[in-house]
Amino acid sequence: MANASVIREIEREQMRSDIPVFRAGDTVRAQVKVVEGTRERIQAFEGVVISRRSGGINENFTIRRISANGIGVERTFLINSPRLDRIEVVRLGKVRRAKLYYLRGLTGRAARIKERRPKGFIAKGRAAAAAAKSTD
Amino acid sequence: MIEGLLGRKLGMTQIFNEQGETVPVTVLEVGPCVVTQIKTVEKDGVRSVQLGFGHKKRLNEPERGHLKASGAQSRHLRDMKNDGDDEYTVGQTIDASFFSVNDEVDISGTSKGKGFQGVMKRHGFKGGPKTHGQSDRARAPGSIGATTTPGRVFKGQRMAGHMGHERVTVQNLRVVRVDAERNVLLVKGSVPGPNEGLLLVRRAIKRREAAAVK
Repeated sequence: MANASVIREIEREQMRSDIPVFRAGDTVRAQVKVVEGTRERIQAFEGVVISRRSGGINENFTIRRISANGIGVERTFLINSPRLDRIEVVRLGKVRRAKLYYLRGLTGRAARIKERRPKGFIAKGRAAAAAAKSTD
Repeated sequence: MIEGLLGRKLGMTQIFNEQGETVPVTVLEVGPCVVTQIKTVEKDGVRSVQLGFGHKKRLNEPERGHLKASGAQSRHLRDMKNDGDDEYTVGQTIDASFFSVNDEVDISGTSKGKGFQGVMKRHGFKGGPKTHGQSDRARAPGSIGATTTPGRVFKGQRMAGHMGHERVTVQNLRVVRVDAERNVLLVKGSVPGPNEGLLLVRRAIKRREAAAVK
């Protein structure tokens, strides 16, 4: 229909093209823009992607991390949100589910995820860290 | 200026505003509207403009005669009051640039038909208890009146019946974006009726009254 295409166009105008490939099980670092009063700064949130859902303009993903005091913290981001400065893939995970909600019931060693190592692939965040180390 | 324009609902989506917040919006196709008739107080008892919207493949004789002066072949014709000093001419077209961002509008349309519905969906009744030995009472309306006095059911008692497919107006919806090129208007929030449904998009009456008081 001609009309649905107008909506699709409006949505496409807002889609981002700078999103790396990642999926559930991967560990990513989301650089989030935070507004504090009048200042804006970037805050990182790193953890395991436990879900990636919906599509189009509403596509979103959830990151789970265990905070310093041992409490699980989950944050959900819209992939196309302008508040998301960038996403860095830190580690690829090998999992057999699309949604890793079962991690909520697990802690410590049980909540580990096997690493996935496709040939010739170096995760961006890790490469950056390695580069930083070599220049030190 | 006239009250507003005719339009069509295209559907809903969401957009990000400058703060990066998600705003739910309805996408409307507003105009181009063709002025098909001018009504005056002297002649018609009302100062208004008849607008045409959409396209009709075949017009019958009376329609053809009526639309001859404007050269339009509109599917929908509706009157919009002209409450300003602006003059309009037959055949003139008005597009979405009639509205600007941050305007507030009232949108009227025909709501989606729900068919014959019970009292829980139609009027939000609570229904009966689901447990404690109840049977056949889960969605029942309960008592609809007293006994011998008054001996009848009062008029206006809310009961099951046809729901939806009625005229609904939503007031004070904010215009988030105007795309005059595509004749598209984005308003925050939802709008009555199905996608493709005809809508009357008018400048918010409450804001117009406030402006008049000033």
